[in-house]
Amino acid sequence: MSAKIVTITSGKGGVGKTTAVANIAVALASNGARVCCIDGDIGLRNLDVVMGLENRIVYDIVDVIEGRCRLRQAMIRDKRLPELYLIPAAQTRDKSAVSPSDMVRLGDELRNEVDWVLIDSPAGIERGFRNAIAAADQVLVITNPEVSAVRDADRVIGLLEAEEMASPSLIINRLNPNMVKNHDMLSAEDVLDLLAIRLIGVVPEDETVIVGTNRGSPIALEMKSIAGQAFRNIAQRMQGQEVPFLDLDNRGSFWARIQRIAGRK
Amino acid sequence: MGSFFDRFTGRTRSAKSAKERLQLVLIHDRTDMTQVELEALRDDILAVISRHVDVDPEGVRIDVEHEGREQRLVADIPLRSVTRRRSG
Repeated sequence: MSAKIVTITSGKGGVGKTTAVANIAVALASNGARVCCIDGDIGLRNLDVVMGLENRIVYDIVDVIEGRCRLRQAMIRDKRLPELYLIPAAQTRDKSAVSPSDMVRLGDELRNEVDWVLIDSPAGIERGFRNAIAAADQVLVITNPEVSAVRDADRVIGLLEAEEMASPSLIINRLNPNMVKNHDMLSAEDVLDLLAIRLIGVVPEDETVIVGTNRGSPIALEMKSIAGQAFRNIAQRMQGQEVPFLDLDNRGSFWARIQRIAGRK
Repeated sequence: MGSFFDRFTGRTRSAKSAKERLQLVLIHDRTDMTQVELEALRDDILAVISRHVDVDPEGVRIDVEHEGREQRLVADIPLRSVTRRRSG
């Protein structure tokens, strides 16, 4: 079987790319898939700490590309899931160490090793972004319901269109249902209306995400976490399953629950 | 649709202005055309059309609209009635 290569990108930094990669990877791997994540942010390595694998790094992506190690040696095995791997970014300052054609070659080599390759793109639209999308079969654009993040997501979608890549899918991250209800945050519908691409997931703002990152244990493994559920749903949709979107609007609101019980909603 | 709060304070809730501002800024980002350039285009179009027919400048509407991710320039230019002049 040949792996599917999926890149997660956003334009703007800090919207949750790395967290999304870690959680989707964990969710796919816990469904039994073989998954390899690649940290594409050369010089600003981070996926390793989010996944809790920072102490296991020996080789990195530049070592593989420059032939200092074999592919398998650079694939760090996850602590919890036996078929989840990470290829870490190099901490070198030389961003030209990797080219788009290097990424295509690496991707092709990985296709025979796993079922999914998830690439964590750096912020911005320069070299690192070009590298991250070069080998992708599918791109997931992640954004927050907030003006600058939505604007940058639109730029990235435009660039992907110009590259004639397959239409990307959208993840709306850190949606705060209470703020949406009070009309002080763009709703998922608003963002979708503006960006006009296919929606693949809405992840609510959730404190457990930070707790998980602190521990190096992505919350997609925790059944009680609502954000974890949202990431598990995204993984299932990527695997071709039809999963209904979470009902975020009514969560936590006492009156909404009463209304639902009374059958008025 | 204004909420009680809106009517009470006379202010629009921020999500609405976020969406409206984004709608405008995305049109300009996608077409690579600033508001000023759009105004100039509008004036040029009107000038050309006015050379051929009598237009009603009050009702002219020339805007970039979007349908999904496609932008289109939509012009609605009312013409002054000729029949009125003939009968009068």
